Amino acid sequence: MSVAPNRPASWTGRVRETVVEALPPEKLLPDGQPTYVASWIYVFGVASIASLIVIVGSGTILSLKGPAWWHDTGVGHFFNSIHLWAVELFFFAMVVHLWGKYWMAAWRGGRVRVWITGAVTFLVAIPTALTGYVSQQNFDAQWIATQAKDGLNSVGVGAFFNVTNFGQMYSFHVLLLPMAVIGLVSAHVLLVRRHGVVPPFDLETRLAQLGAAEPGSSGASNDAPGERP
Amino acid sequence: MSHGSVVGAVFNLDHPAHVVEWHFIQLSVANLVVIGLMFVVFAAAILLPFPGAAGRRGEDS
Repeated sequence: MSVAPNRPASWTGRVRETVVEALPPEKLLPDGQPTYVASWIYVFGVASIASLIVIVGSGTILSLKGPAWWHDTGVGHFFNSIHLWAVELFFFAMVVHLWGKYWMAAWRGGRVRVWITGAVTFLVAIPTALTGYVSQQNFDAQWIATQAKDGLNSVGVGAFFNVTNFGQMYSFHVLLLPMAVIGLVSAHVLLVRRHGVVPPFDLETRLAQLGAAEPGSSGASNDAPGERP
Repeated sequence: MSHGSVVGAVFNLDHPAHVVEWHFIQLSVANLVVIGLMFVVFAAAILLPFPGAAGRRGEDS
């Protein structure tokens, strides 16, 4: 790849220009959105992010205070429940958002990476939650861990994920997997900002195109307004 | 059962989970209720008009 003559000589300058080109401020923090963004489906996307913030906040407090606190004190129980129910809401809202985007074919118009980051976030969030179940430090965690051990061994990954190893599962739960989820959600939001929200199927254009197939009719574009082919 | 847990529990949870089994599929009733709720909320999210959306579309046309 050749460097344009006006490109900055320093790598920091080139990174800055690349970032600003990909996401200029008016795209990163827009004043408004197209009318078709006024839909409940996007409320569930935002609800997922709000739940994630509560999950990280309550999880941080739980990790600071420790198992004796979250098992044996009233305030500890409260934050334990906040953490659990924020996870329930996170998955609930994320699944509704995911279903909506699937039926909208949200990968249209060069938005494949937007779709992929959202779908992979869902997949990575599952082991993030399951490692939380085995990190509770109680009989429930022991029961789940011994059941999950057999399941993981049966598919041949028991050597990599030892669910009876509390230290490993706790590290996965409080650091590695949350970092992956937060990274994926951040990438997802930035990609939505870059490519814009997918427009609805342009039914009128499609009907006109169907009409064009008949003799004597005029043709029309197949793509929704603002979409890349 | 302590006084606090009597006040806290709306439903009696002091029993094994009710489970629905169909061949190799085994789901707790609680999970089935959540899955059903997701379908209901999804349908509502598609069908219910978003507040102010009609006005915004009217302004654009």
